[in-house]
Amino acid sequence: MSKLNFLRPNIENLNTYLYSGIFLIFIAILDVSLHSFFNTNITSFLPNFISFLLPLILGTVGLHIIRIEFSGIKNLDLLNKNINTNTFNAVLTLLIIFAVIKSIPPFLSWFIIDATISGDTKEACTGTGACWTYIKIWLNRFIYGMYPNELQWRINLSFIALIALAFVGLIPSEKIKKFLTLYYVVIYPIIAFVLIYYLISGGAFGLEWVETGAWGGLSLTFIVSFFCLIFCFPVGMFLALGRRSDLPTVRYISVGFIEFWRGVPLITVLFMSSVMFPMFLPEDFFMDKLVRVIIAISLFEAAYVAEVIRGGLQALPRGQYDAAKSLGMGYWKMHIFVILPQALKLVIPGIANTFLALVKDTPLIFVVGLLEIVGMLNLAKTNPKWLGYAMEGYVFAAIIFWIICYAMSKYSYNLEIKYKTDR
Amino acid sequence: MNIRPNKILPQIIALLAVILVFGFLTYNAQVNMDNRGIEFGFGFLTQESSFDVQFSLIDYDGSHSYARAYLVGLLNTLLVAFIGIILSTILGVIVGIARLSPNYLIERTAAWYVEFFRNIPLLLQIFFWYFAALRALPLPQDTEPMFGVFFLTIKGLFVPRFVWENLDIFFYSIIAAIISIIVIRNYARKLQENEGKQLPVFYISIGLFIILPLLTFLVGGVSLNFSIPELEQMSNTSFKYKGGLGIPPELIALTLALGLYTATFIAECVRAGIQGISKGQKEAAASIGLTPNQILKLVIMPQALRIIIPPTTNQYLNLTKNSSLAAAIAYPDLVLIFAGTALMQTGRAIEIVSITMLTYLSISLSISVLMNWYNKKIAIKEK
Repeated sequence: MSKLNFLRPNIENLNTYLYSGIFLIFIAILDVSLHSFFNTNITSFLPNFISFLLPLILGTVGLHIIRIEFSGIKNLDLLNKNINTNTFNAVLTLLIIFAVIKSIPPFLSWFIIDATISGDTKEACTGTGACWTYIKIWLNRFIYGMYPNELQWRINLSFIALIALAFVGLIPSEKIKKFLTLYYVVIYPIIAFVLIYYLISGGAFGLEWVETGAWGGLSLTFIVSFFCLIFCFPVGMFLALGRRSDLPTVRYISVGFIEFWRGVPLITVLFMSSVMFPMFLPEDFFMDKLVRVIIAISLFEAAYVAEVIRGGLQALPRGQYDAAKSLGMGYWKMHIFVILPQALKLVIPGIANTFLALVKDTPLIFVVGLLEIVGMLNLAKTNPKWLGYAMEGYVFAAIIFWIICYAMSKYSYNLEIKYKTDR
Repeated sequence: MNIRPNKILPQIIALLAVILVFGFLTYNAQVNMDNRGIEFGFGFLTQESSFDVQFSLIDYDGSHSYARAYLVGLLNTLLVAFIGIILSTILGVIVGIARLSPNYLIERTAAWYVEFFRNIPLLLQIFFWYFAALRALPLPQDTEPMFGVFFLTIKGLFVPRFVWENLDIFFYSIIAAIISIIVIRNYARKLQENEGKQLPVFYISIGLFIILPLLTFLVGGVSLNFSIPELEQMSNTSFKYKGGLGIPPELIALTLALGLYTATFIAECVRAGIQGISKGQKEAAASIGLTPNQILKLVIMPQALRIIIPPTTNQYLNLTKNSSLAAAIAYPDLVLIFAGTALMQTGRAIEIVSITMLTYLSISLSISVLMNWYNKKIAIKEK
């Protein structure tokens, strides 16, 4: 057995180093865990300051001792390579582990252990944790807004129908495949509009009329994002083509339009749609608030979509244009069959980001008095019977938005992989 | 050159369509305003505004004009944007570099941070900080000071304020320091090019930057005092801080939310920029004997910045535009003061909304112009 040198661990006394190092790390983590879970301090006999820093010091020393290159133990090498490359990294690693251990108990206690979900008044919430009762009672409002309870099946039905119709593209039939683009770009939006107009707002076929002011909650978030998404894409595509056009007038108009919308915040656009736009309409002409908002957001996002698509158009090599032209294709034929399919494929991530931004922008419609889920939360928060539960509401909404947005970004990533064609 | 008719016709149609749409809208606006008896004009800007603003960087009260109210709003917007940009840059660069860390835990933590904050609507985050997190802070009378001088309460953050004497001299000394640093850097570069000698420019710069302003304290008659906030009882239940500098909770919530949100995007820009530099650059630099620090400073960063800066400026612009969400928590920014209160009072929808939009538009456009100029300047000059 050669001399032990703890400042410079080497492979010769591997086991000694390994056991002493692991022991130190174990002590450090044990100390933090005990303090975090059972609120006991095993080093309370030491001065405060040292007792506080001890786990970090012990852990750093422990990690230093086990930092042995080419030890031959697979797991140890992996550990050293990934989280223990040098002292600085070791300290950061420990800090992160300690922070996680420390934050588990308060998080769990607020979220689950001390939280309440039973009962249906504020009085049921006696624990120190979250009051999920509040969410439970208000859930209906958070999803459907002020939409009458007995009519909510209409929203459900139309959403189910829309989702079902969106899957038409999966039918493996050659006959249908030819018309898919036409279906998604023209027919589907029309069906969606008719469904939402007649089913959700009613007023025909014996269905009771529900004004858009009563719509709200998560369903309104979906309606607004859905229509804006459908409208902003074609508009953005035309704007992108316009900006790349060799007709100066068309180009300048497109550039002006795009730069204008990209230069102003959405909130002022919504202000415009609610207070300024009615002044620009004929006197007897009435346009619903929701329609105005959808138009405003669509035009706003269309400018961003246009810039993304332009990026794709510019990235295509010149040869694609030349080849299409040499086949005798005209402007539209060339773009529809050669340029756009390739350009759109390139910009899937960018488009997905714009759509994500759109979904995240929908809460702004509170400016015109439409209350989607965040607006409903703010309304519920001020209800005298349920004061003081802002946190629960926002956490709830944050989780919902996070799931939607995360799912969308993962989906776009899958699309990107699926349509990736290597050149 | 002959211009083919099929290139002229579409242009005329497009032009006509735009003119028709604009004409139609203007005509309607004219009719509507005539009916309501409103005259179009900007004369209202000089009228007395007669509303108060809670938080203002310049002197303002109800007796000032609407134009001044506009200025107050604009300055407040720029203040939020400025603080938000600093915060998000610092955080974004740290997180962006952390995402490239060889340490698995750090890389994951940074990735979680990015995934978490950018997938939640900014408005929700602002509401969260303002209505949930900051409302949980103690009342002024129950607040324990941090380090003895900072008070974080439900009414906002109260910090010591600087009380300067002869601030202008101090200011000049900083300018002098900056100029001398530039001169020394140029001299050092020439020295290295001509004689191959290297000066420790970095340490000289830091020394100059500290010593010159310090000198003004000793000989220039500059002095700095702190006005520390003190709690004062107004009545039985009402307490107020006297002295110091009060930062309203709206501003804290807004800058915090904007900073945390935008930092995720900046982090991605930084990561993409550094990853965009090919490994060969680093290896080539190492093979000519540069130290790791020199590699980062002289080889990686100049190239990475070229990729990082344009999208980051875009994010700064987004942040500035997003600061208009301030209206949602009643922070008196441009939108709240001007497009909100002033519009309500005067009813001049067209003028006020146009001024507000034009303001944002001109901020955006001027930064884009600067950006284009910068991009051209740093673009790789291929021969």
